Amino acid sequence: MALTRDQLAQRVAQEFKDGYYVNLGIGIPTLAANFVPQGMDVMLQSENGLLGMGRFPLDEEVDADLINAGKQTVTMVPGASIFSSAESFAMIRGGHVDLTVLGAFEVDCQGNIASYMIPGKLIKGMGGAMDLVAGADNIIVTMTHASKHGDSKLLSECTLPLTGKGCIKRVLTDLALIDIEDGKFILRERAPGVSVEEIVKLTAGELVVPDNVPEMNL
Amino acid sequence: MSGFDKVVASYEEALAGLEDGMTVLAGGFGLCGIPENLIKEIKRKGTTGLTIASNNCGTDEHGLGVLLVDKQIKKMIASYVGENALFEAQMMSGELEVELTPQGTLAEKMRAGGAGIPGFYTATGYGTPVGEGKEVREFKGRNYILEEALQGDFSIAKAWKADRSGNLVFRMTAQNFNPMAITAGKISVVEVEEIVEVGELNPDEIHLPGIYVNRLIQGTFEKTIEQRTVRSA
Repeated sequence: MALTRDQLAQRVAQEFKDGYYVNLGIGIPTLAANFVPQGMDVMLQSENGLLGMGRFPLDEEVDADLINAGKQTVTMVPGASIFSSAESFAMIRGGHVDLTVLGAFEVDCQGNIASYMIPGKLIKGMGGAMDLVAGADNIIVTMTHASKHGDSKLLSECTLPLTGKGCIKRVLTDLALIDIEDGKFILRERAPGVSVEEIVKLTAGELVVPDNVPEMNL
Repeated sequence: MSGFDKVVASYEEALAGLEDGMTVLAGGFGLCGIPENLIKEIKRKGTTGLTIASNNCGTDEHGLGVLLVDKQIKKMIASYVGENALFEAQMMSGELEVELTPQGTLAEKMRAGGAGIPGFYTATGYGTPVGEGKEVREFKGRNYILEEALQGDFSIAKAWKADRSGNLVFRMTAQNFNPMAITAGKISVVEVEEIVEVGELNPDEIHLPGIYVNRLIQGTFEKTIEQRTVRSA
């Protein structure tokens, strides 16, 4: 079975380590905040200028001056700090954020990512995504493995305008966890109940299948 | 001492000298920390042909979006413009020129503009449409593109509190692009919720010194929330 949104978030959260500063993109990445393991401290960075983002506020706590990068009202955890957009991207570009998780339309086996524009259809802008993929070393891309029409999103070469070049090393889809090494996709884990054959069939770029591909432990 | 008094009496006075075709840098992220009354004054004034640099262009009814109604914006420099139907229509028809700029690059372009740095190299955007036509230089085996600083004829911004000499304190994530926008404007205009006397702010807690501020005005703010998300108790 393909992973649900919550299961994807759960698998992302397995990459968290105690003391990590993490930037979570809009959508599934944000859900990962709900699965931080007990006893582990993770500090969430929101690129509009907040380190230490907390839960959504109670109705009476809502403050128009306190939002996240998705423009949602949020709260701050104890130890949070506030800073300008320039400072925020200095810490992102400077490689100080330990883990970045974001969505994409396409990834290819050269580590290229396309996530911000579909020419003629969707032109909303890249927001902070280009800075995040260029600045972070440890990035996980989360997306569905294939489109609704069954077209692979793991390609030999991205077809859409790029968000970043050669910067992606790990992709988590609803079917598999895949690393990118030396211009190839490497199948690391498969979603529970999903066969290697199914993943091979839906991966357009070159995919290396090791002898042992364990199921994800969720 | 009055030479350091930045307070002006009206929004009209605050934006005196803003003319058609000028470049304006605006603070704010989404609708958070936007100079909402200064934007309304630009609308009232009817200034056109503006180039505006701001992370976003408001929504159809709030923020910079209201300047689209009478086509006052000629060119928009922004990182994300997804919340506005009128914006999309004018962009698609070619009436509105749009320069999509990565968020961190936009912040740094303004910072550099205010700090006397003409440009900087960044890996952000290398190998993407953003890097097209820009100088590429390799440092320690990695490629970077040259991005030029951004300056405005005017900057419009919002802070929480100020003293009369323009020392500023921001509040929570309403800070965002405001400090950089202010530093990079030839004439920087800041609206705040409260103005106190000089000496009342703790110098250690001033986020941006008044040297960057030319005009200051106290306003009242709607503070529209774009996405009100709450949890239940």
